[in-house]
Amino acid sequence: MIRHATRLVCVVTPALLLAGCSGWQSALDAHGAPAMSLKQLIILIVAVCSVVWMLVMIALIIALSRNRRERPLPIAPQPSTQRRMTITIVAAVAATTVVISGFTVMSFFATRALGVTANDELTIKVRGLQWWWSVEYFGTSPEERFETANEIHIPVGRNVRLRLEGLDVIHSFWVPSLAGKQDLVPGRANELLIRAENPGTYRGQCAEFCGMQHAHMAFLVIAESEAEFDRWTSAQRQPAIQPSEEELAAGQHAFLAKPCAACHTVRGTTASGTTGPDLTHIGGRKYIAAGLFETTRGSLAAWIADPQTIKPGNNMPTVPLTPEELRAVSAYLASLK
Amino acid sequence: MKERVTLDLSKLPLHGMGTASVTWWGTLAFMLIEGTGFVLVLAVYLYLMSLAAIWPIDAPKPDLLPGTLVTLILLASLVPNVLMSRWAEQQDLRKIRIGMVVMSLFGVAPLIVRIFEFPALGISWDANAYGSIVWTLLGLHTTHIMTDLVDTLVLAALMLTRHGNNARRFGDVQDNAMYWNFVVATWLPIYGCIYWIPRL
Amino acid sequence: MKANITGPDTRDTDLERSQLRAELAETWKTPRGLWGALATVDHKIIGRRYILTAFVFLALGGILAALMRIQLAQPEERLIGPDRYNQIFTMHGANMMFLFAVPVMEAMAVYLVPLMVGTRNIAFPRLNAFSYWIYLAGGALLWLSFALDMAPDVGWFAYVPLSGPQYGAGKRADIWAQMITFTELSALAVAVELVVTIFKQRAPGMTLDRIPVFVWAMLVTAFLVIMAMPAIMVASTSLILDRLVGTHFYNPAEGGDVLLWQHLFWFFGHPEVYIIFLPAAGMVSTMIEPFARRPAFGYLALVMALIATGILSFGLWVHHMFVAGLPRLGNSFFTASSMAIAIPAGIQIFCWLGTLWDGKPLFATPLLFIIGFIVTFVIGGLTGVMVASVPFDTQVHDTYFVVAHFHYVLIGGAVFPLLGAVHYWFPKITGRMMSETLGKWSFWLIFIGFNLTFFPMHILGLQGMPRRIYTYQPDMPWHGMNLFVSLSAIILVAGFLLFFLNAIRSARSGAAARDNPWDAPTLEWATASPPPSYNFARIPAVSSSHPLWNRSDILAVASGLRTDRRELVVTSLVTAEPQAREASPRNSIWPLWAAIATTVMLIWSIFSPWAVVWGSIPIAITLIGWFWPKGTPEDES
Ligand code: HEA
Ligand code: HEA
Ligand code: HEC
Ligand code: CUA
Ligand SMILES: [Cu+2]
Repeated sequence: MIRHATRLVCVVTPALLLAGCSGWQSALDAHGAPAMSLKQLIILIVAVCSVVWMLVMIALIIALSRNRRERPLPIAPQPSTQRRMTITIVAAVAATTVVISGFTVMSFFATRALGVTANDELTIKVRGLQWWWSVEYFGTSPEERFETANEIHIPVGRNVRLRLEGLDVIHSFWVPSLAGKQDLVPGRANELLIRAENPGTYRGQCAEFCGMQHAHMAFLVIAESEAEFDRWTSAQRQPAIQPSEEELAAGQHAFLAKPCAACHTVRGTTASGTTGPDLTHIGGRKYIAAGLFETTRGSLAAWIADPQTIKPGNNMPTVPLTPEELRAVSAYLASLK
Repeated sequence: MKERVTLDLSKLPLHGMGTASVTWWGTLAFMLIEGTGFVLVLAVYLYLMSLAAIWPIDAPKPDLLPGTLVTLILLASLVPNVLMSRWAEQQDLRKIRIGMVVMSLFGVAPLIVRIFEFPALGISWDANAYGSIVWTLLGLHTTHIMTDLVDTLVLAALMLTRHGNNARRFGDVQDNAMYWNFVVATWLPIYGCIYWIPRL
Repeated sequence: MKANITGPDTRDTDLERSQLRAELAETWKTPRGLWGALATVDHKIIGRRYILTAFVFLALGGILAALMRIQLAQPEERLIGPDRYNQIFTMHGANMMFLFAVPVMEAMAVYLVPLMVGTRNIAFPRLNAFSYWIYLAGGALLWLSFALDMAPDVGWFAYVPLSGPQYGAGKRADIWAQMITFTELSALAVAVELVVTIFKQRAPGMTLDRIPVFVWAMLVTAFLVIMAMPAIMVASTSLILDRLVGTHFYNPAEGGDVLLWQHLFWFFGHPEVYIIFLPAAGMVSTMIEPFARRPAFGYLALVMALIATGILSFGLWVHHMFVAGLPRLGNSFFTASSMAIAIPAGIQIFCWLGTLWDGKPLFATPLLFIIGFIVTFVIGGLTGVMVASVPFDTQVHDTYFVVAHFHYVLIGGAVFPLLGAVHYWFPKITGRMMSETLGKWSFWLIFIGFNLTFFPMHILGLQGMPRRIYTYQPDMPWHGMNLFVSLSAIILVAGFLLFFLNAIRSARSGAAARDNPWDAPTLEWATASPPPSYNFARIPAVSSSHPLWNRSDILAVASGLRTDRRELVVTSLVTAEPQAREASPRNSIWPLWAAIATTVMLIWSIFSPWAVVWGSIPIAITLIGWFWPKGTPEDES
């Protein structure tokens, strides 16, 4: 029914045809085992419910349009009709019970299947903050640990266990193409299992209202082959490259001299703040500011120059910089691949 | 529409007592509301306790003496309270007047001891969640004693005036007594919760 | 003065019809003028006020909805900033739930229940007056704060820690919590009045199985209010304590818990939605009779379904918390209990279908709204069953799918019957008919506009659109459908506008209504339209469940009540045997003073805990003034 209706609405609103009906953040565009089984369940339940609705509508239409013999008004109920109607209603209630019991059992088994674990699981820690995501990878030794933000890379075909931690208020981690959502609740340790069957970039978004910029708290999950994933992790473990050009060095200097370093970490420099996202490899991330802009020198400069206009209320203040400093800092950050 | 009289009500009393009184049902309904509130606050206590590693959190077990004293006073107050309810049923104004004064004193007494009960908890409300919930439990019950005390005082004053000799007022006295029973009854689980659960 | 007309202790038995009416009118009247209006305790005047106020809040909430739809029509729309948007959707939700949907149902009951059970005023009429003033004050507080840019911005369920002391700066969350206190206070008061009215003031002979289904629905609803609202009182009070005096109920660092809030809120919040829905279902059961021209099929089943829904509603709250991290398989219990609600809901739907099947439908506007209700409510109910499934919900929770679900059940399931009920009871309340032509137009506009507005939201939700976002980026595939939704909302708003116009116009110049324009079977139609201040000159004596369908033009009544004091009949709980000729209080200004004192205390307590101490003194004084006997005949016994 949803498919049908989708098509219908697509015809009604031509704009939609351009956009394409299934997006890169859609429960109907499933690319992971959990999301796929959820999609099947959704379609099945929606289909059964559509049939139920149709049956009720047929009964309603007949009830309203039936030819009736004239009877004095108000109508006195007749025992035979009463009996027949009672039987019909009891049958309908019995059918209802069967349907909802079926749904309950299906839901139960689907839920159980979502929690299944595997041996080659990868564990990642995800923290939700107003209004960005901090991501922590562990590896086998403490040196292999690293942090990044708003972008999670995972290997294709492997279960990934996310340890979800809410640091300030409640957020909710949701990549519909890969799995259902799970809240990040302060004071509680929640987990979510995600898994991608196909390589690709999947968008996710915070689903629990968390204040002013809840609308702009997106992230990407990038699923790639095991080899690519290993390459990415080993690159991430490296500290930031030291600037080679003069402008970049000026940028680094300004970054470290200004309050930026108090909030951001750039590994390999003295900047080790934790209020804001880790910027060690910011230049290599697809988006900045939790999915707001693609990462370019221009967008970085725009962001740093006036974060409060771009994302009103977010926790990064406008730090006064001269035009040269601004240019240099954004060039420097863009170079941190 | 034409009317035909089929029923004569003129012999009915002007005021119903007990279950025939609307105020009796109203009091009952309010008791249900407040009772639900008490149950919920107790549930919050148990919920917080179930989450805590140790209970009480960072606090000694509450000192038993003042709380137990309040319990005894409240239990003792039931005797005159029940008697008074009976006098009200018998519409014995003289006894009711004495009873109302006695019950006013029984309303004041637990409040005085209660002043010592809060420090006996051994923790402040803003120290942690344990402190918050025990203070809330005790505070909630205290407001109930206070509201019933005010009610009793006003009613006592009323009974001492010319308005006193009236079946309606006797009904009010009964409702007031019923409510006091409720105040005492709700205290018992709260007492058990605050003082004895940490000792289990 | 009255003594000049008749002696004290005058009985209606002794009087001519016209003299009886004159004397009753004198005894029960509300004096003209401002003072009379402020001091009245007539349930009809208060009920009318209540209904009107609730509809004003509907219009205001609707305007907020329109603003949201304009903002969401396009990606990156800059009309409303995030701060304002968050206030707007919070205001929309809180306003619609606490200031419109719940009060409007109680308001209808305040007006109708005493008439339907055949008594002269609601039980505790002064409490009723108090309740209205408190409700008005709560609404004013919320809207004033919005005007001052101080409105709550934490969503209608105000989850902590966002609403807590650390993240909810300013007074916004306190205003939310105190608005809750106001509305719950008024709702609880009305619930108590309704329970006692229904238990003790039914006309002689109206045994339990002769109570109109709407009255049953209100009885169950009143019990839901009584059992559920304390939970939100506990929640909002502890939130204020956390914010104002530093308690730690919701602070995990000090042994508190964030999910405690959600448990408390939804333990109230889920019954809340049936507090809105059950009265609507009761309206349908009662209204369907005159339009199917047949008694509703399955009286017992309908009543049992209401009671079953009421009981079950306390065992479902966790279905709002499926992704909060409670044990997933434990959640499955709540899947089962939530889905079980489909059984009583289904029973009602099937009984209504059966009634229409065997009846002879009269397609007047109220029936159109009933039909529209069945069509849309079943969709909303079925999506409810969908989200009750834990795995299904992990994908659609907090998305527009849920927004679609609850507008289908709230508007389709509760507002449609309500609009039908307004058309249906309008002649009784105002003495004038609403225009059928405009009524049908507004029905079709609302019905079509509603479905076009809200159906696509299901798809938006599945396509990943979260709720409570003030904007979205152009590369998301949602803009086409959002534009469509926003345009459709124009039709919906036009329909509501037409409805309002119709009501206002008809109240002034509609055709005069007969006592019983729909040939309906229940007691409220046995008296004049609009009813006199005393409701019934003689209390009806009931001997069937459809007293006006007895195929005779004669109404059996009881006599023997006094006319010089406000007197009504108290009857026994089950069999409605007369027990007493109880007095009903006279008009009094004290409820207004008490409400003002309470309002001062509650608003002051947003700023200082001492308000509770000093503020209760004036409250106590006004309450004493309220209850102190004034030596009127009503005080006799
Ligand atoms: C009038 C209000 C109303 C009503 C009547 C309902 C009715 C139901 N609701 Fe709804 N609900 C809300 C108002 C309402 N709801 C609101 C306001 C929210 C959101 C709050 C928020 O987050 O802001 C919500 C959210 C909500 C959730 C949480 C979703 C989420 O946040 O993720 C769930 C989950 O279980 C749910 C379930 C149900 C169910 C099972 C019913 C059932 O009662 C429905 C029963 C009816 C039927 C099933 C149809 C008739 C039956 C038949 C025709 C028989 C045949 C049927 C079958 C074979 C299945 N509701
Ligand atoms: C009964 C309750 C009710 C009702 C009737 C409505 C009615 C409407 N709602 Fe509402 N809605 C909620 C309850 C309700 N809603 C709740 C509880 C939420 C959740 C809030 C939260 O997340 O915290 C919500 C959230 C909500 C959202 C999601 C916001 C978000 O998550 O960001 C949206 C978005 O489209 C929306 C839209 C609408 C629309 C278009 C209507 C339309 O039906 C409105 C129709 C228009 C009118 C009723 C006004 C007509 C009148 C006039 C224009 C004025 C004329 C005046 C006179 C003549 C006096 N609603
Ligand atoms: C008070 C703390 C603070 C200071 C000072 C600060 N930032 Fe930030 N910064 C943040 C926070 C918090 C965010 C996340 C904002 C969001 O997305 O909501 C952020 C985000 C960013 C981002 C985007 C990161 C990403 O992964 O999306 C960049 C780039 C950035 N800051 C650069 C800077 C620079 C350059 C300076 C100094 C000129 C600076 N910041 C100063 C707190 C700070
Ligand atoms: Cu984080 Cu919404
Ligand atoms: Cu619910």
